[in-house]
Amino acid sequence: MRRSPKDTEESAAIVSRRGLILGGGMVAFATVLGTRMRHLQVNQADQFRLLAEENRINIRLLPPPRGQIFDRNGLLIAGNEQNYRVTIIRDEVDDPEKVLNDLSRLIPLTRKDINDVLEEMGRRSRLVPVTVADRLSWEDVSQVAVNAPALPGITPEFGLSRFYPRSDDYAHIVGYVGPVSDYDLSRIQNPDPLLQIPKFQLGKTGVENKFESSLRGKAGTKRVEVNAVGRVMRELGREEATKGDTLQLTIDTKLQNFVQARLSGESAAAVVIDVTNGDLVAIGSAPAFDPNKFVRGISVADYSSLTESKYRPLANKAVQGTYPPGSTFKMVTALAALEAEEIGIEETIYCGGFTELANRRFHCWKRGGHGKMNLRDSLKQSCDVYYYELAQRVGIENITKMARRLGLGERHDVPMSAVAKGLTPTKAWKAENRGKDWVIGDSLNASIGQGFVLASPLQLAVMTARLATGRAVSPRLVKAVDEKELPATTGEPLGLAKRTLDYIRDGMFAVSNESRGTAYRTRIADKTKRMAGKTGTSQVRNITAAERRAGVFRNEDLPWERRDHALFVGFAPYDNPRYAISVVVEHGGGGSTAAAPIARDIILAAQFDGIPPLSAYPSSQRGRIRSALEELPINDPTDGATQVSEA
Amino acid sequence: MSYLEYNLKSVPVGPSKLLYLNWAVVLLLVAIASIGFLMLYSVAGGSMNPWAEPQMKRFALGLVLMFSIALIPTWFLRNIAGLTYAICIVLLLGVEFFGSTGKGAQRWIDLGFMRLQPSELTKITLVLFLAAYYDWLDMKKVSRPFWVIIPVLIIAVPTYLTLRQPDLGTALLLVFGGGGLMFLAGVSWMYFAAVIGAGVGIVVGVFKSRGTDWQFLKDYQYRRIDTFLDPSSDPLGAGYHITQSKIALGSGGWTGRGYMQGTQSRLNFLPEKHTDFIFTTLAEEFGFVGGISLLALYIGVIVFCVFSAISNKDRFASLLTLGIALTFFLFFAVNMSMVMGLAPVVGVPLPLVSYGGSAMLVLMIGFGLIQSAHVHRPR
Repeated sequence: MRRSPKDTEESAAIVSRRGLILGGGMVAFATVLGTRMRHLQVNQADQFRLLAEENRINIRLLPPPRGQIFDRNGLLIAGNEQNYRVTIIRDEVDDPEKVLNDLSRLIPLTRKDINDVLEEMGRRSRLVPVTVADRLSWEDVSQVAVNAPALPGITPEFGLSRFYPRSDDYAHIVGYVGPVSDYDLSRIQNPDPLLQIPKFQLGKTGVENKFESSLRGKAGTKRVEVNAVGRVMRELGREEATKGDTLQLTIDTKLQNFVQARLSGESAAAVVIDVTNGDLVAIGSAPAFDPNKFVRGISVADYSSLTESKYRPLANKAVQGTYPPGSTFKMVTALAALEAEEIGIEETIYCGGFTELANRRFHCWKRGGHGKMNLRDSLKQSCDVYYYELAQRVGIENITKMARRLGLGERHDVPMSAVAKGLTPTKAWKAENRGKDWVIGDSLNASIGQGFVLASPLQLAVMTARLATGRAVSPRLVKAVDEKELPATTGEPLGLAKRTLDYIRDGMFAVSNESRGTAYRTRIADKTKRMAGKTGTSQVRNITAAERRAGVFRNEDLPWERRDHALFVGFAPYDNPRYAISVVVEHGGGGSTAAAPIARDIILAAQFDGIPPLSAYPSSQRGRIRSALEELPINDPTDGATQVSEA
Repeated sequence: MSYLEYNLKSVPVGPSKLLYLNWAVVLLLVAIASIGFLMLYSVAGGSMNPWAEPQMKRFALGLVLMFSIALIPTWFLRNIAGLTYAICIVLLLGVEFFGSTGKGAQRWIDLGFMRLQPSELTKITLVLFLAAYYDWLDMKKVSRPFWVIIPVLIIAVPTYLTLRQPDLGTALLLVFGGGGLMFLAGVSWMYFAAVIGAGVGIVVGVFKSRGTDWQFLKDYQYRRIDTFLDPSSDPLGAGYHITQSKIALGSGGWTGRGYMQGTQSRLNFLPEKHTDFIFTTLAEEFGFVGGISLLALYIGVIVFCVFSAISNKDRFASLLTLGIALTFFLFFAVNMSMVMGLAPVVGVPLPLVSYGGSAMLVLMIGFGLIQSAHVHRPR
């Protein structure tokens, strides 16, 4: 490297000059960087600090535990159980399909599940967590938690889910909860933000639905610090959710269970009411279903078997079902006539088997006729002709008025779904709804609870309770909300003369305690528990003249759908009434054979607070009754109280 | 001054050379690296692992390396410049054929005990080779087209190979570093004017070619440019880096949230929080004061290097010092611009602060060269 000093100096000068230029350039650029830094960190600091807070703080709703429901004795009817699930938030994941596929290696997840979740995510906001899998085992959910770093957007969560320890027994009363549907949301103005929580459960039917606002509780919130993938780092603050109100029903689980067991196998309903305060102690409807299936998401097969069954298990027959009350209505007609003083107590009317009116024969159920009948005998033997005569004397308007005083044709205020109003017809009603004039035949049919008259088992039970007490007993299903007792009332006096009421009750006593009474066979032997009642058999078809001639009378010869409904109403103990009952067995045949035995067993169970002892039954029947009672699918109510989860 | 004189009279001998080091630069480097340790300790949530401790070990190794190289006479470095450059080219070719792929890019060769990124090393050897070239070249020929084309080719070959990996950040650094050296050597302004003109043309070409079969850049590179130009267009996708780093930076304010109190970086909002985006943690926790201090330290290094260079009468030594200073500058300037949203996201670490072995060791080798030039300067 030989070069002249001049060359070296010259080049060094160039390098120095250029070096200074470059150095100056670098310092200048550094100044630009410093200025920018100042701009971001000082001038815009507030704005960015706010963004940083938003980045870091996430407000999450804490779903409140749903209020529990207890029976009158404090046994759990509807509670909450621990439920593990996995959710995904669209916003936190780049490729949800891949993540879900990865997840399917840890927990059971079908191709279809994944597609459903993807579809659901498409419909919802990017920030809303979508449930991927529900009701996971602890093992599954732990698997997910451990692998969480590899599953962006996936969060294992635990929540509470509704559980009905009594399964079928309260299916119709309490109903069930289910996930919020779009339809539910569309009906609610200003929906509670809670409802946006995925799989949040809302009361769909029964008490769960009617008491939704008290049972739901109030959402809490928690402010959490999250990192970039939404993982919670720590909690900054929390406002606890307020638990929904606890409900206490008037139902007695033990009796309810007995009622459901006793009704099983039939398509039937029964209502037991405490006549002293209107408490509904049992409301049976059979067949029933397991509401837990609805909470968990019922399978299509299960659901269609419920909807397609001709016994209509989903219907709450006790309050929704309306039936022609048949002869159980006769007390109404009798009371109307007595109050209007159209008939004397000992006055007799002759029954020759039919009444001829307007060229039509109105038959008594007993073709040969009952002969001379007074009021007591007409109830005891359920003579129809006697009431045809009363109907002509008092007229339909008086009968209907009396029916309404006794609680028929009125929608009772009980928190269950689709409580029926029933029908107590008037002339105006027929003109309006049928476009035809009322004819005397309509009155005759109505007098024996046929024709247009319709009543639900609940209404019949209320009617019986009012007859038993002479007071306007009104049914009550909820005993206490949030441990505050709701007022119970014995009801205002109906204003009916005690003498007339006593006479009606005496007639009802004869029905089930005297020989030739229609329910004599189902009498109660225990003198302190004796029941007064009335049988009813209501036709669901007209018996044609041809049939009458051909002698097709026997229900057993007809297809089930065309058989008569069997009814029974009663109260007990006769001397000091405590419980009133109504039983309807759809297409069960005769009231005395199909409904009365059920009513007797139930009202005895109510009075004995458990399975009735054989001593309560007539000695001749004990052998048969013992085996029948033993076969009942009863379960001990205290079993379920501690059994929190079966899943 | 004859070669012999040069050697005997002015140059310290043996370990006493260490007394003649540019100690100001050493102290600045230690200060910068210490800031790095602090930040790595913080982003790990107050832990020496997984980053701070290995980083310290590497820095210690780097210091040893720097001191060792400082002892090597400059003339020897000049003599091996061509060889180191050739080795780097071979290694880059090696990556091309045998390299491992990480994050979609093929960048390193696994040597067993460490992963070697030849592209990092090339940043230094390119400067070294070009400095030697211009030292050899007669001053009068510097701006002649033939003698300009040769260094352009010297720059173009490794640039092409790193672009193939693809590593846009390193390629840019090579072009700017090499171009800067040509400028320092005295190549006519006219060439640079022409190149800048052509550069504008290429930028236009790059954008025009997008979506056609002959597009210049990969799709992700286009996206990065897009989001650089408008980060809000995709705040959770590709714009995420820029948006989040600006948020972290901006939320620091004047004095920051306090050490270990940064939320954005520790909560993982910041991607690459311990590597390319570590500056945001510093800025969040120590605010503007912290950020500007680090910048001042960097500028201090640059200033000392520039003065060392212009006071050095040896042309090779001057060019080498300035070239490496420029490379160092490019590192932090590009990184900070990127973090502050002034440049697209390219993978360039914050020198001596970001976690990472290759870059740190290569920089320490570079400073070793600067120290050697300083120690062995003609007096």
